[in-house]
Amino acid sequence: MIVITPQAGPHVRNPGKVPSLMAKVVLALVPATLFGIYLFGLPALNTVLLCVVSALFFEGLCVRLVNKRLGLVLADGSAVLTGLLLALTLPPWAPWWIAVGGTGFAIVVGKQVYGGLGQNPFNPAMLARVALLLAFPLQMTTWVAPAPLFSPAAPDFAQSLTITFNGAAVPDSLSGATLLGQVKTDLDRGLALPQALGAHFSPLGQGIGYAAGSLGETSTLLLLLGGLYLLWQNIINWHTPVSFLATLALLAWVFQQLDPTSYAGPLYHLSSGAVMLAAFFILTDPVTSPATRAGQLLFGAGCALLVYIIRTWGGYPEGVAFAVLLMNALTPLVDHYFKPRQYGRTRRGKPLPLPPLEKMAPSRRGRP
Amino acid sequence: MKLFTFRGGVHPSERKERTRDLPIEPMPLPRRLYVPLQQHIGEPAVPRVSAGDRVQPGQLLGEGAGRISAPVHAPAHGRVLEVRDFASPHPAALPVATAVIEVADQQPSVCRAVEDPFRLDGDTLARRIREAGIVGMGGATFPAAVKLGMARRDRVETLIINGGECEPYLTCDDRLMRERGEEILQGIELMLRCLDAERAVIVVEDNKDAALANLRALCTEPDRIRTVSVPTRYPQGSQKQMIQSVTGREVPAGSHSTELGVVMHNVATAFAVFEALVRGKPLTSRIVTVGGGAVPRPANLEVPLGTLVSDLLRYCGVEEDDYERLLVGGPMMGQWLPHAQVPVVKGSSGIIALSEAETRVSLPQPCIRCSRCVEVCPAGLLPLELAKRIRKEDIDGAGSLGLKDCIACGSCAYVCPSKIPLVQYFHYGKGQLQARAVQARKLERTAELAASKERRVEEMEKAKAEQAARRKAEAAAKKAAAGTAPAENAPKSCAIEGD
Repeated sequence: MIVITPQAGPHVRNPGKVPSLMAKVVLALVPATLFGIYLFGLPALNTVLLCVVSALFFEGLCVRLVNKRLGLVLADGSAVLTGLLLALTLPPWAPWWIAVGGTGFAIVVGKQVYGGLGQNPFNPAMLARVALLLAFPLQMTTWVAPAPLFSPAAPDFAQSLTITFNGAAVPDSLSGATLLGQVKTDLDRGLALPQALGAHFSPLGQGIGYAAGSLGETSTLLLLLGGLYLLWQNIINWHTPVSFLATLALLAWVFQQLDPTSYAGPLYHLSSGAVMLAAFFILTDPVTSPATRAGQLLFGAGCALLVYIIRTWGGYPEGVAFAVLLMNALTPLVDHYFKPRQYGRTRRGKPLPLPPLEKMAPSRRGRP
Repeated sequence: MKLFTFRGGVHPSERKERTRDLPIEPMPLPRRLYVPLQQHIGEPAVPRVSAGDRVQPGQLLGEGAGRISAPVHAPAHGRVLEVRDFASPHPAALPVATAVIEVADQQPSVCRAVEDPFRLDGDTLARRIREAGIVGMGGATFPAAVKLGMARRDRVETLIINGGECEPYLTCDDRLMRERGEEILQGIELMLRCLDAERAVIVVEDNKDAALANLRALCTEPDRIRTVSVPTRYPQGSQKQMIQSVTGREVPAGSHSTELGVVMHNVATAFAVFEALVRGKPLTSRIVTVGGGAVPRPANLEVPLGTLVSDLLRYCGVEEDDYERLLVGGPMMGQWLPHAQVPVVKGSSGIIALSEAETRVSLPQPCIRCSRCVEVCPAGLLPLELAKRIRKEDIDGAGSLGLKDCIACGSCAYVCPSKIPLVQYFHYGKGQLQARAVQARKLERTAELAASKERRVEEMEKAKAEQAARRKAEAAAKKAAAGTAPAENAPKSCAIEGD
């Protein structure tokens, strides 16, 4: 490979690089990941490891096929991040083929077929999650109740291997349902919302995340913590998460005011499902979201609207992944219409008008 | 005074600490000077000396030619060895006509007695500034007199003096403002007089406390000349951005700042005006910061124009080519030099020799659309989209996204985490746009010429046909009159013109 040093400036660069960006995002996900592993035991650890390792494997395979530089591509950290993100959205006791197959789909079909990093129109992890949900609805909605590491109910090492690799069924004592799923079922059964909520929902419990759910989505507070770290490190803008969370909260509040017996409030929506993970880690994926701040505000708000619609009136209890994919598809359009105003030009690209001469100092009035 | 801000920008690490506190020292005259006849934007100067001529310091070497041009003067007493093509400080070391002067051992003073410039009228001042060969000293090298002329035509009321020096490493303007504030102020006074303008604002970035303090103390009449401090942010020193910082207005696309009633000059230009009009010394030297990690003894030097960069480096302790990358100007917008055998010219604000550690850059990686480039672009462009289009040769697409409005400040490439050489793409794209414009003009002209030829041919045919008809009619008339007159007598001349 010939390396040509560009002659144009700037000849000094700031030290930030893609691998360090990716590393910081992974770091921000560590607390939620560790909590998920603690909460759901060794099978969850298996899922995380399977996803990350197979992400590297599939990425390496594709890179080899097109003769790119293997080390350079693997070192950018994007594959690890995709694998980890997918793992966090899977049921914690998912069988190995869900983890590996899903990751393969994310990396190969979701990213590498478009040309690799930066080229994919859809968020690879969300694409894989949706594909898995449509193809394997049973496995993808088999939730377990928390069985923390070292607790009597937690599976030991041998059991964890059986669960992950041999498809052992979840024991009845541990089978659980997510808050969103439970409430939806109750509503469908004709229960009023306050009763459905009363039985399962406590904001504090949802905040900490001691509940059934996807591997890394349960702890709203730890994900928020990671998100704040990314904001502090300037890895992400506040625009997307704030617009997403605020719009979702506003929609929930408005409908709750209209009819409290049918519509749950803002806290319920913000603390459940994949909302926090999406707000700071999925929607902020730069590749698939708009490039300008105005566009990002619109993007976040659009996602929130879709999430609310799907959750409230749609057939699925959770709609984040669908919402993200739909908005991803709109990103090029948003980017086309939301451009910054150019210096010295109006929004339409015409030169700014010169000031009228009367407004000038007296000395200029006699100008020819 | 109310100040404003501009969009985007970056904070590169300043790296000015090594030379900030070093006083300006005169660089000794080298044995030979290589004075290019083009050190400015516009037409090259026409040589007025030839091989063997003896020249005095300040003597005219080349005369400005055309509307946008500047004369060039001899920096020292000596003998012209030859006028020949010689490498210029340019990434391709393009050869330009250069006067090679062998410097004499004994040097008379460059300064001459002149009449009191504060009594001259604006036209005379403008003419003297032009005759002194003064150009924009910040690096743009646009002839100062032409800019002043435009400002005079538009009756500019505010003169902005650029003491921003936002490029890393450079400290030449800083030192000038600290050591020669009095002279700068006189230069500004003279420019105000030339412009018949009301006030001048000296703009200094707030990382130059000593310069600010010095100038503030000297500005005794703040309503006329005032010093203001602006936040340190690259590209504060860019003309459009600084005008916005001071006036809060953007220069409309396609307009000149003078149409807003402001004109901007560099502090070093003000100093050059002082030297030319008060001391009678045309622009034959400038302050140059020699810096960078590969320079053992960095310095702020007052360098005679035409001194070779290699002489400068040797003077500052750099062993033969012992650096990783050599630059003229600052590291953000400065140009890469392929070798050091090129002269220092009017626009060379710095000679920066970077070490290996300072230039280490990883290979470009794919764009992850992080849009940091969009946030920092002071021109309000979408660098990532421009680069994407230029990469696939969609030059028209890049043009419609405003490629021409790019000021090549390099903020985008500076922040890019994928280390994509964005400015390199933009230079290429702009080059292509320009080539297309030239091509389009050519085609247009060809079509015009072809159409006019067609018209001409048509007219000729028409004339011929008319003549033939006339002849026929005449012949017929004659025939009718004479009955049997011979046809051979009909006129044979015809009106065919050469093409």
